[in-house]
Amino acid sequence: MYSFELKRADSVASAAALLGETGGKPLAGGQSLVAAMKLRLAQPGTLVDLSGIAELRGIRKEGDHVVIGAMTRHAEVAASKDVRAAIPALAALAEGIGDRQIRNMGTIGGALANNDPAADYPAAVLGLGASVNTNKRKIAADDFFRGMYETALADGEIITSVSFPVPKKAAYAKFAQPASRFALVGVFVAQTGGGVRVAVTGAASAVFRCKPLEEALAKNFTADAATMVKVSPDGLNRDLHGSPEYRAHLVSVMAARAVVAAG
Amino acid sequence: MGANDTGLIGQAVRRREDLRFLTGAGQYTDDVNPPHHTHAYFLRSPHAHAKIRKVDTAKAKAAPGVVAVFTGADLEGVNGLPCGWLITGTDGKPMNEPPHPVLAQGKVRHVGDPVALVVAESPHEAKDAAELIDVDYEVLPAVVNCVAALKPGAPQIHEQAPGNKCYTWALGDKAAVDAAFAKAAHVAKVDIVNNRLIPNAIEPRAAVASYSRADDSYTLYVASQNPHVERLLMTAFVLGLPETKVRVIAPDVGGGFGSKIYLYAEETAMVWASKRVNRPIKWAAERGEAFVSDAHGRDHVTHAELACDGDGRFLAMRVVTTANMGAYLSTFASCIPTILYATLLAGQYTTPAIWCEVTASFTNTVPVDAYRGAGRPEATYVVERLVHQAGVDLGIAQDEIRRRNFIRTFPYATPVALTYDTGNYDATLDGAKAAADVAGYAARKAESGKRGKLRGIGYSSYIEACGLAPSNVAGALGARAGLFEAGEVRVNPTGGVTVFTGSHSHGQGHETTFAQVVAAKLGIDIETVEVVHGDTGRVPFGMGTYGSRSLAVGGTAIVKALDKVIAKGKKIAAHLLEAAEADIEFRDGKFTVAGTDRSKAFGEVALAAYVPHNYPLDKLEPGLDETAFYDPTNFTYPAGTHICEVEIDPDTGVVEVARFTACDDFGNIINPMIVEGQVHGGLAQGIGQALLENCVYDAESGQLLSGSYMDYAMPRADDLPSFQVETRVTPCTHNPLGAKGCGEAGAIGAPAALMNAVHDALLGVGVKHLDMPASPHRVWQAIRAARG
Repeated sequence: MYSFELKRADSVASAAALLGETGGKPLAGGQSLVAAMKLRLAQPGTLVDLSGIAELRGIRKEGDHVVIGAMTRHAEVAASKDVRAAIPALAALAEGIGDRQIRNMGTIGGALANNDPAADYPAAVLGLGASVNTNKRKIAADDFFRGMYETALADGEIITSVSFPVPKKAAYAKFAQPASRFALVGVFVAQTGGGVRVAVTGAASAVFRCKPLEEALAKNFTADAATMVKVSPDGLNRDLHGSPEYRAHLVSVMAARAVVAAG
Repeated sequence: MGANDTGLIGQAVRRREDLRFLTGAGQYTDDVNPPHHTHAYFLRSPHAHAKIRKVDTAKAKAAPGVVAVFTGADLEGVNGLPCGWLITGTDGKPMNEPPHPVLAQGKVRHVGDPVALVVAESPHEAKDAAELIDVDYEVLPAVVNCVAALKPGAPQIHEQAPGNKCYTWALGDKAAVDAAFAKAAHVAKVDIVNNRLIPNAIEPRAAVASYSRADDSYTLYVASQNPHVERLLMTAFVLGLPETKVRVIAPDVGGGFGSKIYLYAEETAMVWASKRVNRPIKWAAERGEAFVSDAHGRDHVTHAELACDGDGRFLAMRVVTTANMGAYLSTFASCIPTILYATLLAGQYTTPAIWCEVTASFTNTVPVDAYRGAGRPEATYVVERLVHQAGVDLGIAQDEIRRRNFIRTFPYATPVALTYDTGNYDATLDGAKAAADVAGYAARKAESGKRGKLRGIGYSSYIEACGLAPSNVAGALGARAGLFEAGEVRVNPTGGVTVFTGSHSHGQGHETTFAQVVAAKLGIDIETVEVVHGDTGRVPFGMGTYGSRSLAVGGTAIVKALDKVIAKGKKIAAHLLEAAEADIEFRDGKFTVAGTDRSKAFGEVALAAYVPHNYPLDKLEPGLDETAFYDPTNFTYPAGTHICEVEIDPDTGVVEVARFTACDDFGNIINPMIVEGQVHGGLAQGIGQALLENCVYDAESGQLLSGSYMDYAMPRADDLPSFQVETRVTPCTHNPLGAKGCGEAGAIGAPAALMNAVHDALLGVGVKHLDMPASPHRVWQAIRAARG
């Protein structure tokens, strides 16, 4: 790790000011950023720690939405009675992120801002058609994820919360990469007020919606309908753990399993 | 153990070392902090193969906190790292043995090859300074595959190894094998890759090297499995120092699995540099460094054939293997795919003729050496995959084809140079079958089928040669060192016993098992026995721990020293009891005049030896401290049968290990709990190789693609079933403990059992061949290809 300066913010406004002054990076749960720093792959001169900002934490029900503060830890989402009652698929997804230590430190805002191609949360946000609230604006999920580690966030913009509409039914099925246990392919399916949404993580450079599966499941929300869809391998990842063809196949298989889990 | 057995032998005594490990009181190398010490960082090659045009260290030397920077140029005149085993090729010539410089000299040959040593006041300053070293590389084409390296036109790695060949070596009677194949009713064939593994001990390698100007001596703390061998190789072969001036201490060590046997560049450079900077130097590898600098394991490519008669009786075996040595010859690299491999190809079977040819090649990869099992897992994999294939080809059940070929008469001389002293292979096969509930398998398979899953069962009846080794036999085969073990038993004046052993415990529980042996033999409380290991300054000598040799060889050395203690004790007791020495019996911790109730307790005799007021000083020296060196007369031959059941999800290719049963014969067992723990760990590593672990280099660039836990899949608890572990006993005939060794069996037997189960499960789908690891992607691809 290279040396760096740590600044602690006690409000979103002071965090934004500190980021503006220093050109530093916000530190949420640190489960990706600190690991990268330890490997000397990231060298931020200044980190602005968001963990002391009370307004960024907590989970609340707002009408037919569940709103989760950006600094809410994965373990808190997994254990939340509100989340478990309203969107059990989201609680289950949070419970399956990384390991216990990561779930106790990692945050939903950090995970979304990082937008790792194999992260779990982006699939839920995109699959449920959630919106990402920042200190400047509200960004629809469909506009938020731009590409590998890329989002719509501007420099210094801070995620404050995520607002999830409660779906009719939803589920997430993850096929874990054997070494990292990140998603080799993770599929989030949801029947929402705006129709069936299917979001896929791990398979490509960033999370994406799978239109052929959405169309098939809109007609017939069954595992068989998902299995019948042949997903194109074009543009999917190739690495030690899977070819594009394997990932494409797994998208259908995991979608079918998610449909079963959604009940 | 005989007459003096107090009942401690065979008991699951809790591990005495665990209190300090579990409460954080262990003292590992990285816990050693000599006053005023500095920190080392090694700059490593980012390229698989490159010429070094120039190294500029000026900026690094001027960086904050830097004490010194050394490169290969500073070490000119210092010898390279040695290889401890000379293999003579089929052409009668010695193997090609290119230099292995401590720091790169003019060329780097694998990613991770150390180029410079930076010594600084803190680890971070050392690392920061290393980034300022300017190395001008001329990148060369690389080759990483052991077969590709031998092809014409492959990049040439060493001047001293034309065509990248280290040796071609063979064992067995080729003419007899050819003749048997010519008349065989059937020939089973397999082409297999034994995947390269990265060892991953939980404690990465570490060293602390100090120099004393007072007496021109060095002290090296190092995470090592064999400190005496480390000292011998470093002083005699590399640095040219007297052994009297170097003390090597291997304190608590967190796992080795072979990877800490060897003399490495890092600690050698640090000992050398400690005199130049005249301050202690400390280094602890980062996990990423461990991936590119700890010796790797396995990496064979093999074609093997088994000739059978019409009834499935084995007539002959033919094996042709290419083995990857990596970029340099590591300490014992050359003997692993030869002496410890081809000699095991008889397995548990009466195959009358066997011929094996091995070609070893250099590649632009981390050196390969012994890793848990070392040659024997590779041999077992060849034999047991072939036997499985023969059973499938001939329609003979897997247990039956093994049984038809088992060796049942001992001693048995194999056609590949070993003589098995004892064994009962039917007993371990029967035991495994019963424990695995093979009778219920058909119902389980049907139930899996109802859920759309493919179930398979696989057998592996393995044998290993352990208790390394008769030194004269090893010497005749090319070993450049002895393979005996030393033990000292120091009886203290008040009766407590300190045992100094040349074996080294880095997870094996010697402090408990050896204490059980001593307490039982002397009839004393185990709490009065202290076991000391891992320090050339305290232990008389030692060859260390590897090859499942500690109890069979190291334990026997202790027993021999105990025999001397008891013999001397009898003389002292005879004097104290005014009886003839021949009339003194030693039993239950007492020296007794036979046929009387007159006796002296062991403690009384010990006290007399150190307070010799009433003592035969004219005939006997005072004191009670005896040393023995034990050189075994044969290897030991642990053997057993493993049975694995897998369930495969054809939709995803995921292989689940549904059941795993091991029935092993390790000879006599001192502590069954420790033995079971060793089996569990071995099985986890064997299953890891077959299911998950795979070291992958990019074929073009030579970069390590599986360079972290993000891509190198270690087995985890939830990858494994609850193991069924049983033992059967035929005592080893040639050591007094009757012990054979247990540390490697799991890793030796498991891969073939698992892969045979996978092949059995996929037989109906039409999959003919799959290499390890049976990863989901590979299994899915194989199923898809077979279904067309």
